[in-house]
Amino acid sequence: MSVWQACALSLLAFTGASQFALAGVIASGGSLLAGTVSAILLGSRNTLYGLRLAEVLRPRGARRLLTALGVIDETTAMSLAQPDAGSARTAFTATFWCLYLTWNLATLAGAVGAGRIGSPQSFGLDVVGPAAFLALIWPRLRGGRTERLVAVAGVAIALGMIPLLPVGVPVILAATAALGGALASPGAPTRSLAAKPTASSEAVQ
Amino acid sequence: MTAAWIAVLATAAGCYGLKLAGLTVPQRVLASPRVRRFAELVPIALLAALSAVQTVTSGHAFDLDAARLAGLSAAVVALLLRAPFLLVIVAAAGTAAALRAAGIA
Repeated sequence: MSVWQACALSLLAFTGASQFALAGVIASGGSLLAGTVSAILLGSRNTLYGLRLAEVLRPRGARRLLTALGVIDETTAMSLAQPDAGSARTAFTATFWCLYLTWNLATLAGAVGAGRIGSPQSFGLDVVGPAAFLALIWPRLRGGRTERLVAVAGVAIALGMIPLLPVGVPVILAATAALGGALASPGAPTRSLAAKPTASSEAVQ
Repeated sequence: MTAAWIAVLATAAGCYGLKLAGLTVPQRVLASPRVRRFAELVPIALLAALSAVQTVTSGHAFDLDAARLAGLSAAVVALLLRAPFLLVIVAAAGTAAALRAAGIA
């Protein structure tokens, strides 16, 4: 992935897990279609955040288009933690611009820097993706048995399909584990958003 | 336009569209607890799978690289010690890099 591609993705998609996923697939020479599909699937939770935020922020017209870009874990957590709609809007705007600037500057620095070092493996960069993905889901894994079962099933499905399917596709099939988990335990309570640390917030702190 | 650019722009459009959809669709569309639960669980299944696949496979084959496995183990230890995100990443990459530099793995 070129510096421009990394920055364009960061500026336009602005959601960490999806960016890491697509970058990983491109770097490993996997199927671009499979990488795109799994990156978009990873963005699906932002739809739920948008639903929660729409109740509080009530964005209208063109403002909604800009607000949508900022719908991520951190802005949702900060907005929903406010006592009233006015503070929620302020919190959303402040969190969004702060993270948007630092996140994209960090992407630029990382993309430029990565091109200047020698073998990525000698810096252990091949383990950054796996470690980041694990760190992202760790708080959820601590949170519930269904979450842990879904993770284990997702790993088993993906690894089982590795020899059979095009590179990238096994990971998409892992989503069926989430389907099983949702059908088996639909009633589990949604935990507080504010209690859930996420990649981009901590990565830029 | 290269295929990688198409993938980048399609991912950006898809991710942005999912965010906008949340702000736009009526609340009741996604009110079903099963749908909410599915959307919560999808990242867990996908990220766990991605982590495993990138750690122990290469292309279509299983590829157990000692430095990579040690790096991920270091990440697990850091997570168990409640280290912050950046420290987890540094521990993982540092462990793998150190083992390779020492010629152990």
